[in-house]
Amino acid sequence: MEPIVEHSGGVIGASWLMIAFPLASAAILLLGGRRTNAWGHLLGVFAPVASFVVAVMCFLQPSGRYDVGLYDFIPGVAKVGLLIDPLSITFALLITGVGSLIHIYSIGYMAHDPERRRFFAYLNLFVAAMLLLVLADNYLVLFLGWEGVGLASYLLIGFWQFKPTAATAAKKAFVVNRVGDFGFLVGLFTIFATFGTFAFGPVFDNAAKASNGTLTAIGIMLLIGACGKSAQLPLQSWLLDAMEGPTPVSALIHAATMVTAGVYLVVRSGAAFFPEGATASLIVTIVGVATLLAGAIIGTAKDDIKKALAGSTMSQIGYMMLAAGLGPAGYAFAIAHLLTHGFFKADLFLGAGSVMHAMKDEVNMRRYGALRALMPVTFITFFIGYLAIIGFPLLSGYFTKDGIIETAMDSNAILGWLAVIGAGITGFYMSRVVFMTFFGSKRWADDVHPHESPSVMTWPLIILSIGSIFLGGYLILSNRLMVYLGPAVGLPEALPQFHPFSPTGLATLALVALGAAIAWVRYGSAEVPQVAPRGSFLTTFARRDLYGDALNEALLMRPGQWLTRLAVWFDNKGVDGVVNGLAAGIGGSSGRLRRIQTGFVRSYALSIFVGAAVLVGAWYVVGNL
Amino acid sequence: MTDTITAPTIEYLLLSPLLVVFGAAIVGVLVEAFAPRYLRAAFQVPLTLLSLVAAFALVIFVVVKDGVPNKAAAMGAVAADGPALFIWGTILLLAFVSVLLIGDDFVPSAVAVPGSVEEERAVSEGAAHTEVYPLVLFAVGGMLLFAASNDLLVMFVALEVMSLPLYMLCGLARRRRLLSQEAAMKYFLLGAFSSAFFLYGTALLYGYAGSIDLSKISTSLSSVGGQDSLLFIGAAVLGVGLFFKIGAVPFQMWKPDVYQGAPTPITALMASGTLVAAFGALLRVFWVALGNLEWDWSPVVWAVAILTMVVGAILAITQTDIKRMLAYSSIAHAGFILTAVVATAGAKQNSLALSGILFYLVAYGLTTVGAFGVVTMVRDPGGEAWHLSRWAGLGKRSPKLAMVLAFFLLAMAGIPLTSGFFAKYAVFSAAVSGGAVALVVVGVVASAIAAFFYVRVIVLMFFSDPAADGPSIVMPIATRGVVGFAALATVVLGVFPQPVLDLASKAAQSLFVR
Repeated sequence: MEPIVEHSGGVIGASWLMIAFPLASAAILLLGGRRTNAWGHLLGVFAPVASFVVAVMCFLQPSGRYDVGLYDFIPGVAKVGLLIDPLSITFALLITGVGSLIHIYSIGYMAHDPERRRFFAYLNLFVAAMLLLVLADNYLVLFLGWEGVGLASYLLIGFWQFKPTAATAAKKAFVVNRVGDFGFLVGLFTIFATFGTFAFGPVFDNAAKASNGTLTAIGIMLLIGACGKSAQLPLQSWLLDAMEGPTPVSALIHAATMVTAGVYLVVRSGAAFFPEGATASLIVTIVGVATLLAGAIIGTAKDDIKKALAGSTMSQIGYMMLAAGLGPAGYAFAIAHLLTHGFFKADLFLGAGSVMHAMKDEVNMRRYGALRALMPVTFITFFIGYLAIIGFPLLSGYFTKDGIIETAMDSNAILGWLAVIGAGITGFYMSRVVFMTFFGSKRWADDVHPHESPSVMTWPLIILSIGSIFLGGYLILSNRLMVYLGPAVGLPEALPQFHPFSPTGLATLALVALGAAIAWVRYGSAEVPQVAPRGSFLTTFARRDLYGDALNEALLMRPGQWLTRLAVWFDNKGVDGVVNGLAAGIGGSSGRLRRIQTGFVRSYALSIFVGAAVLVGAWYVVGNL
Repeated sequence: MTDTITAPTIEYLLLSPLLVVFGAAIVGVLVEAFAPRYLRAAFQVPLTLLSLVAAFALVIFVVVKDGVPNKAAAMGAVAADGPALFIWGTILLLAFVSVLLIGDDFVPSAVAVPGSVEEERAVSEGAAHTEVYPLVLFAVGGMLLFAASNDLLVMFVALEVMSLPLYMLCGLARRRRLLSQEAAMKYFLLGAFSSAFFLYGTALLYGYAGSIDLSKISTSLSSVGGQDSLLFIGAAVLGVGLFFKIGAVPFQMWKPDVYQGAPTPITALMASGTLVAAFGALLRVFWVALGNLEWDWSPVVWAVAILTMVVGAILAITQTDIKRMLAYSSIAHAGFILTAVVATAGAKQNSLALSGILFYLVAYGLTTVGAFGVVTMVRDPGGEAWHLSRWAGLGKRSPKLAMVLAFFLLAMAGIPLTSGFFAKYAVFSAAVSGGAVALVVVGVVASAIAAFFYVRVIVLMFFSDPAADGPSIVMPIATRGVVGFAALATVVLGVFPQPVLDLASKAAQSLFVR
């Protein structure tokens, strides 16, 4: 890893503009109110595009690790600064690039929403917070961005707050994220207690001096934070409900960017807290594998197109987590998969949004079918995204997912095979989505007249699908991304070689093909019933999100409620007694002391005189001690 | 043997800020005497403001020209050093914004009964007490000199020059005139009482050291023996006079009555300028003259600081009048500053603490002027609406004003991203590094108690329903400017405190001239 150098001036020194543009735009749109309704969405689109331009300019600068100090709040303790290095620039490009496309798409998608300006304000707020998260040069500011994206996510999931389900989902996301944030906070406290600073540079440099136990503890705490934000087991339950938000939100926040913040955190802290072979890293890989399977299984049973995709998001982030736990060999694949996933998953979500737009916001795939002829652009772009995610050879997902599976296989065969099985399930559930939506027979309601979406929505789809085709190969072949990220995250001892027909790769392809074939038999060639059949125990298991909510309810909610009642009881009887007693005591003494203030000047003079006498006496006593 | 009288050397440039203010005050008196009535206001207001600006510019000019001076000017009578110049700049700034607050709230004619025929006639003639302006200038000149005097007699004269105009100004409120006159009378009686203490202390210290020069008193501490009673009693009695001016407990009782009764712009001037000047003088006496006596006075100041913080915070809780509440808050803040005074006891003259105090004075002064500026804007038919119940629901009636006041109150409570946070951080961290941890614990507890009554006002403004016949909001342009400026300063000092902290620390490094 390269050392971090102070930097100011030039393009790098102006990198704060990346955050400033969307933040200013959000402020203008929120404070400006209805006056900005007419042009609010244009400003909202301009901001991330401007940030994207700044990000590209930073990217074109000579590569290095630059620390741009912005503001010293409390010298030596709380500082605001940006770390511009290959890792953060990569993220900034993804956030602003894909973010811009999704903003543009939203112009069309939200065209008929009376609150479109507010929507763009929140989206801008999200982009600003997310950029702050990835550009921060210390954990404290990272946490600021972390909470900022949490807030934006809450606001956007509940954007249609008149729907009780949306309001509840927003609350659920918020509460579950609090659990993760709490872990993160404890991690932050431990970091500060151990290293005396939050800054990345000193913390990473001195990590080797801290004890193993401390490092593992910090690692696990950060992982809890990462699990909350990235919807990893056991804090995954909020993501499926988060699909209540408008579809561009699902694409931007709950697929392409925010949910990958956990991966960013693990990779960023990797050298210090998640080194290869450490306990914390092992836990990261276990969490990753468990989630990639759980998400995939959930994805197989969902009839709601967005929820199926959300399960898939969980699963794909599981892959990234798995890779991030494998040390420097895995980092580049984690980030590469994160980038390609950002493209193809945004493509899929926006495609789903386009379908919903055409189908009067119907999300149930059992009411779709045979849309490929009516929505050719959406179909082709969606299909490309589909091929990319299942790892069809030479498309993006093929290179990045295969890299993760190979690295996992090298590290531990069990992890590797579980990842292969996950890929097979991916082949099944994604094929199911495509077949149910675009193939088969028409199953629409009578008043639905599907049509292709306007070009402001299809162009982003086209661009995203182009990325879904080529980005993976570009990043992985000749290890481009790995070499580029090397200065920021470290390089493995030997650069991996890409084998087009490795045994693992072939096995993966075979399983994916098998999954797709099963899906064709059940959902492509056969008639899809409009009402979901009861299904086996396993189907129910998957439909109920692997009983995640039931588990949470039994394990956490009920005991939590008991604990709350106990706490309330204790609070009423114990704490309040003390607090109220204290307050009454202070208030009472205030009332009594007040009586001394008689308003008579003679008593004031007496007070001065007595005070003077006491002062003289005291001084005299102290002086003669 | 022939005694030749040598003409005293006067460093006119160094003293020019003082001279400008006093000169303008005298011109102001002449204007009162000779200009026709209808012309006076047109003269006085620009004269006052311009002289304050000119004096401020001269302070900057002195520093820019020769760097931070560190010498006793005018034959050792006036100290011209970093802290003095910093305090001068602060007082002049605070005086400028306070003068802008002076609107129509003064009696048109001292003898007229409010609402009487005489008053109406006086108002219709355009009569106004324009002598308010020269009086303010004299008071400001006194403040400048008070904080910079280098011997006890000059300090006493400065104290009187500062106080006498203030006594009068306190009694000139146009509305609630009895309350105002009562406040002036009380302030005068108690001020005279405390001045006597000050003078008595001066005499005793002269008896001990044979000099009234602060630095000579300091050197005599190590050379004179066997006169300790004179020294201790003298120092304590002198301290009473100074503690009275900053409103430390148990010498605080005048503060709520006077702050309440005085016309609000004058309250703003007293709560900011007088406090700054009094702390300047206090530091000078305790550090320059009694610096080697730290072991004796620091326990006493400990006790006074604790009492001041606790009593100020506790008594503020039950106040129902916003001006009285702000007065008690000012008492508590004097206690907070005293923690840094205590902690810096020591011959090494901890410049960290000194800079903390200087920063605190700027930050608190501006916030206070802003808060009192808001008070002048909320009016009932009979004058300003002081009772807190009248402020209920202000957040709904006038959200901007309520938000600004809420912001000032949060700054006083010391919430981060306001100037108050850094001010408290500066004095408390100085106190900790000076070893006064217990004092800081008390200070933090007192801050927590104080936060209660600040936040209570915010709750009242934003979470209560406005009364049907609520007060009206009057926003004169100058007052609006002052409040806006104070709010801006509170934000800037809370977000980018470094330039002012640097300035304070540069001033503090020059230390007091001995």
